[in-house]
Amino acid sequence: MDRLDQLESQSIYIFREAFNRIENIAMLWSLGKDSNVMIWLARKAFFGHVPFPVMHVDTEKKFPEMYEFRDRYAKEWGLNFIRELCPPIEATDDTLPPAARSAARKTEGLKLAIKKHGFNALFAGIRRDEEATRAKERVFSPRGLTGQWDFKDQPPEFWDQYKTDFPAGTHVRVHPLLHWTEIDIWLYTQREQIPTIPLYFAKNGKRYRSLGDKDITNPVSSTATTIDEIIEELRTTKVSERSGRAMDHESEDAFERLRADGYL
Amino acid sequence: MTEAKVKLAAVTPTAATRPVRDLLRIVIVGHVDHGKSTLVGRLFHDTGSLPDGKYEAIKAISEKRGVAFEWAFLMDALQAERDQGITIDTSQIWFKTDARDYTIIDAPGHKEFLKNMITGAAQSDAALLIIDAAEGVKEQSKRHGYLLHLMGVRQVAVAVNKMDLIGYDHEKFSAIEREYRDYLASIGVTPTFVIPVSAREGDNIVTPSAHMSWYKGPTVVKALDSFQPSAAAVDSPLRFPVQDVYKFDNRRIIAGRIEAGRIAVGDEIIFSPSNKAARVQSIEAWSAIPGAKPPRSAEAGYSIGITLDEQIFVERGEVISHKENAPVETDVFRARIFWLGHEPMTLGKTYKLKLGTLEAPVTVQSIERIIDTSDLSNSAAPQVERNQVAEVVLRARRMLALDEFIDFPRSGRFVIVEKYDIAGGGIISMEGYADQRGLITSRATNITRVVDGISEEARAFRNGHKGGVLWFTGLSGAGKSTLAMALEKQLFDKGYNVYVLDGDNVRHGLNANLSFSPEDRAENIRRVGEVAALFERAGMIVISSFISPYRSDRDRAREAAGQGFHEIYVKADLATCESRDPKGLYAKARSGEIKDFTGISAPYEAPESPQLVIDTASMPLEECLAELVSYVDAKFRV
Repeated sequence: MDRLDQLESQSIYIFREAFNRIENIAMLWSLGKDSNVMIWLARKAFFGHVPFPVMHVDTEKKFPEMYEFRDRYAKEWGLNFIRELCPPIEATDDTLPPAARSAARKTEGLKLAIKKHGFNALFAGIRRDEEATRAKERVFSPRGLTGQWDFKDQPPEFWDQYKTDFPAGTHVRVHPLLHWTEIDIWLYTQREQIPTIPLYFAKNGKRYRSLGDKDITNPVSSTATTIDEIIEELRTTKVSERSGRAMDHESEDAFERLRADGYL
Repeated sequence: MTEAKVKLAAVTPTAATRPVRDLLRIVIVGHVDHGKSTLVGRLFHDTGSLPDGKYEAIKAISEKRGVAFEWAFLMDALQAERDQGITIDTSQIWFKTDARDYTIIDAPGHKEFLKNMITGAAQSDAALLIIDAAEGVKEQSKRHGYLLHLMGVRQVAVAVNKMDLIGYDHEKFSAIEREYRDYLASIGVTPTFVIPVSAREGDNIVTPSAHMSWYKGPTVVKALDSFQPSAAAVDSPLRFPVQDVYKFDNRRIIAGRIEAGRIAVGDEIIFSPSNKAARVQSIEAWSAIPGAKPPRSAEAGYSIGITLDEQIFVERGEVISHKENAPVETDVFRARIFWLGHEPMTLGKTYKLKLGTLEAPVTVQSIERIIDTSDLSNSAAPQVERNQVAEVVLRARRMLALDEFIDFPRSGRFVIVEKYDIAGGGIISMEGYADQRGLITSRATNITRVVDGISEEARAFRNGHKGGVLWFTGLSGAGKSTLAMALEKQLFDKGYNVYVLDGDNVRHGLNANLSFSPEDRAENIRRVGEVAALFERAGMIVISSFISPYRSDRDRAREAAGQGFHEIYVKADLATCESRDPKGLYAKARSGEIKDFTGISAPYEAPESPQLVIDTASMPLEECLAELVSYVDAKFRV
């Protein structure tokens, strides 16, 4: 059993636990490399099926390639697909820096969508190695009634025993990819031949390592045009994955504030 | 979208020739302020693992807070952590050496955040325990060492940090090494290395120290490289807990992860505790690769699905195994626990147990001892406080399938849920308790009960009394045999058909093939229970006089006898029994000549709601007898 087998097995275990223990659960699909792997793992967990809705909370500011990808694979993978729209920027906290406000739109959109569909829990494809506050996350992460994350008092989580008992009204984020790293995602994408949005591959010396809204996401310098080359690049790079995501870097606590408020 | 726009990875030769690198997860633990975060920072800096700009960012954060350069800010990402200078929650960070990739798990050293330390430690393959050379071995140094062992982390290295503060003194280091090695040895842990380091100065982290030429061992990085990733228990007997049952595409798939051993198509398997049996028809796996064949076998570590050759009803929580080497079945077990709950764990209280995929209510039957992790001394208490370690006995209302931690770490551990929260965890030992599988498994098939031609009423009418079982239970020396024989005589004289089943007598014949092992003791009582039930059905009153210390055994006897079962607690405190010691057994038990002696070195589980309590310590024999006779008259006369 190699590292990818272990990662896959653990993710499948998490999917099956959440699906068994929590009623009315859905998956968030951000269209990026991680959530595509997440859908793939769900199909492994449920023998080719994705037995819950897959939701895209749309800022309507994604790259056209992302929308094309979404429309094609929602059909091809037989997903129970839901699209929800985010509210306008004016509806967000105006004390946040500009790019963070943009990200906060997504948080608002998410809250509205959860309310509308009555989801008790959402699968989200975040990873610990992406960002330092995500590194402190739990696999089963309870949120307050308005979606906040109480990062100062998280439940214990060990021996694959997750918090699965909640008072009514608790919302839960389930993170099946929490233990994966960026390289793992690419190694697995390659092994499983998972379709990938072309924006991740270098064009004119630049590629996207992380995809978000097109106005607040920047490409990094790269010559990697294949997954092999991406993996090679990641083995030596010292640039952080989310360096191209403006909202992380506007202030020291920008991301923590976003996450406390319910951002992924 | 056209095919060209979606990039499918080509399977290239380079992919096959580049092996996926090994990953080792290391938890860093130790007393608060002993320098865990600084060591991690140093490790990253000296191995060149810091992302671009990170060093500068940490410098800026430190300056903003008016403190000297603080490595802790690398992992203490939360504002509250940075402002208070304390690690609240566990975090992870990645780096690599030439040998392999690492996940470093930072665990809080502060006592308040023990639940977060546990959360971090549980995910690790190995541990690095940090001790401050200037402060020496502290409370949390020991507690963390103890908990690592309890969590099943077996690979431990110790870094004695801040050697620069004690002038790189060899003798002072050796004193700390000795003290801590002695402590670890007393809990059965042997640290692989004890390394003198200065995280601040970089001594012995990545490069050997120029200040400590007396130290000949490896650096921290070399020590980490010597550890092995935890391997799945493929060579153990099969343990495959049922996680869920799906109906997809007209197949009924039993899904779960194999925790130990191997399974193959055609294997005959049983489900515990229901004891249903079936054969594996297929192993299910989804693959996007066209024409991929489903596997014929699978091994520990993999999340799989199987179908069976026949449709039997099984559900989540059952454990699949082969017929040989099946898990223990019991409704009571011993456990060493650590408690994290805000409210203490309380004697007699019922909690939810989660063991693998199983959930069941369990009651705290006894709190055997609270263990002080700093000096390993024991104390008694009616409750286990937050952050304490204790040995307890837990009882379920039904049979559970489980394992001893020592044989099967993954199915021998559990968590306790109070209300909505995981409030503790523990590991299982069956010491002194029997595997009840043999007692509840019926091996005979094709048998049909014959209805007796004579009714219960007819027998009672002829005898003048109903049949029944007077089940005496109590410590050795409590007076069971004396009372049983005297009562038999009095009842006989009053015209009752009565007989005494006595422990030693039964072991001469019916149970001559049984030893005093926990399983055989349980079987002894099972047979006596069944014989007593036959006597009852024959219309007689049978007095059984056995210590019968376990509730599970007495419950089984009650089930066999049914309505006519009367549990009579012949009660006397241990001191009284020991002073009587009619057979000289207590003296032998105290000297160690007899092992597992009830009340001394094995538990006595007093009845919870006996029909009658006869207190022989405070009542003379005649009064005890009179009470028993009037009880029998009231309950059995027709």
